[in-house]
Amino acid sequence: MTDISERAFQSPGRGRGLVDALKNRYLLRLLVDKDLQVRYRGSVLGILWSYVKPGVQFIVFYIALGVFLELNKGLENYAVYLFSGIILLNFFGEAFGNGARCMVGNGALIKKIYLPRELFSVSTIWVALVHFLPQLLVLLIACFVVGWHPGPMQLAAAVVGMMIMVIFSFGLGLIFGVANVFFRDAENIVDLLVMVATWLSPVMYPWERVAGAVPEWGLHLYLCNPITVAVELFHYAFWAPTTGMEWHVPPNLLTLWVPVAIVLALLFLFVGDLLFKKFEGSFAQEL
Amino acid sequence: MSWIDDDPELGGEPRPYVPSTEPVVIRIQEVAKRFVLRHTRSMKEAFVWLIKGRKGDLSEKFNALDGVDLQIREGERVALLGLNGSGKSTLLKLISGVMHPDGGDIKTRGRIAGLIEVGAGFHPDLTGRDNVYLNGAILGMTKEEIDANFQSIVDFSEIEQFIDTEVKFYSSGMYLRLAFAVAVHTDPEIFLVDEILAVGDEPFQKKCIRKIKELSDRGKTLVVVSHDLDMVAKLCERGVVLERGRVVQDGDIRDAVTRLRG
Ligand SMILES: Nc1ncnc2c1ncn2[C@@H]1O[C@H](COP(=O)(O)OP(=O)(O)OP(=O)(O)O)[C@@H](O)[C@H]1O
Ligand SMILES: [Mg+2]
Repeated sequence: MTDISERAFQSPGRGRGLVDALKNRYLLRLLVDKDLQVRYRGSVLGILWSYVKPGVQFIVFYIALGVFLELNKGLENYAVYLFSGIILLNFFGEAFGNGARCMVGNGALIKKIYLPRELFSVSTIWVALVHFLPQLLVLLIACFVVGWHPGPMQLAAAVVGMMIMVIFSFGLGLIFGVANVFFRDAENIVDLLVMVATWLSPVMYPWERVAGAVPEWGLHLYLCNPITVAVELFHYAFWAPTTGMEWHVPPNLLTLWVPVAIVLALLFLFVGDLLFKKFEGSFAQEL
Repeated sequence: MSWIDDDPELGGEPRPYVPSTEPVVIRIQEVAKRFVLRHTRSMKEAFVWLIKGRKGDLSEKFNALDGVDLQIREGERVALLGLNGSGKSTLLKLISGVMHPDGGDIKTRGRIAGLIEVGAGFHPDLTGRDNVYLNGAILGMTKEEIDANFQSIVDFSEIEQFIDTEVKFYSSGMYLRLAFAVAVHTDPEIFLVDEILAVGDEPFQKKCIRKIKELSDRGKTLVVVSHDLDMVAKLCERGVVLERGRVVQDGDIRDAVTRLRG
């Protein structure tokens, strides 16, 4: 054992934000396990539910929107189009929503014992990813059924789209998680934002509708939304290869809007981390 | 008097307090902690306040700790004493890092295990077994360390039978047993204990105190908050008395106890 007099003094409870969270892998895994375990406690199907739900969701979309409403005629494979966007929004809703709630939700721990609190935020992202996987699987099955043949560009687009989504939801979750400690209103704003995000990104409709309805700067604003970019990347990766028609991505998607989305998402993460470090010290007394 | 006198291992006079020459492990300088008495929980209220040009104070402040200076050296056994609301728990929370001071500076070195509240770090919906792992990891143990110590933790807590029961069904004493068992197995260099032994039954209290003694004999630093003056008089040699957030006495435990009784 090293002599204690040779060790440096440290300020208790001054975390280094994300760095700490990444160093405590084992604790992170336990927190993720805890979340999943608690969520599915006492249910017979357990985590299988996360496969059943998106499966049923897809079939309903296919029948109701594709067959009954005949949206297939406007957009080929509309169900795949819709579903590839919806699963990203589902992820966003869960990651952002739980991220915003996690500090208050773990208040009992935060008040009594010190641990790097950003771990809670990181763990909500992992839990959301665990729930995203089954949905992706359902999407892939649907894609293969209708004849998906992706190239390397498509696969890369899917990965980048997901990365944008993870970083963006994480950043927003951190910001609202901090805000929620001080003002419980934040939780309600989150639900509102998730709803708005679903309609303000090309999930239900193609982006050309927006281009047709607003002036050019409006479209640019629309494309500044990282969620829009991620959804378009997913359309490009999953839906476009299943359709015969030449698919129009928004102009400059890959060269301009993807880098913009990445920068914006990182900015949110940076601001979130900053706010977190600034206010972490008062969490225990405010909760 | 209390049972503590009957225990041969714990009996006898406490050692007199001699300021030691060991290295400082907790250094508290001019620390202040302010709490807000009236909380604003809605944005509307805060917004109105901002609009009105921040007139008046949004919330009343109150000093829970006010210029506390304290140095604790390696191997010391310090009792933190004082009436209800004098700021003892607040000070422990600042030392463990749960809260940050509003003024002054706190520095520590060495691994700290804080038993600040019963069941801190336990999740009610998980089993005792899962909670041992969760709590151990929170206190800084690796998976291997917990695996290696698991049986010993369960044995110490004497609740083997309930280890796979969800802890929300535990009695408060059972909570304490498991929490204490995990904490002593993290092998901390500094041990903070706040008033939690009170819920344990007598045999377990004795066991805990023997364990604490044993840790302290191995050179661990101990900071104990308790209203059980007989117990702290046996356990500690240094007494620090807090009064409304200020240190009013610091020295031999017997003087501190006399002051509180008097
Ligand atoms: N989170 C908080 N918000 C507002 N006030 C607080 C908070 N925590 C503690 N206080 C106040 O700070 C003061 C000191 O509290 P503390 O818990 O440190 O007392 P204590 O010495 O541990 O008392 P006891 O002997 O009853 O345990 C009390 O007046 C308490 O009301
Ligand atoms: Mg107290």
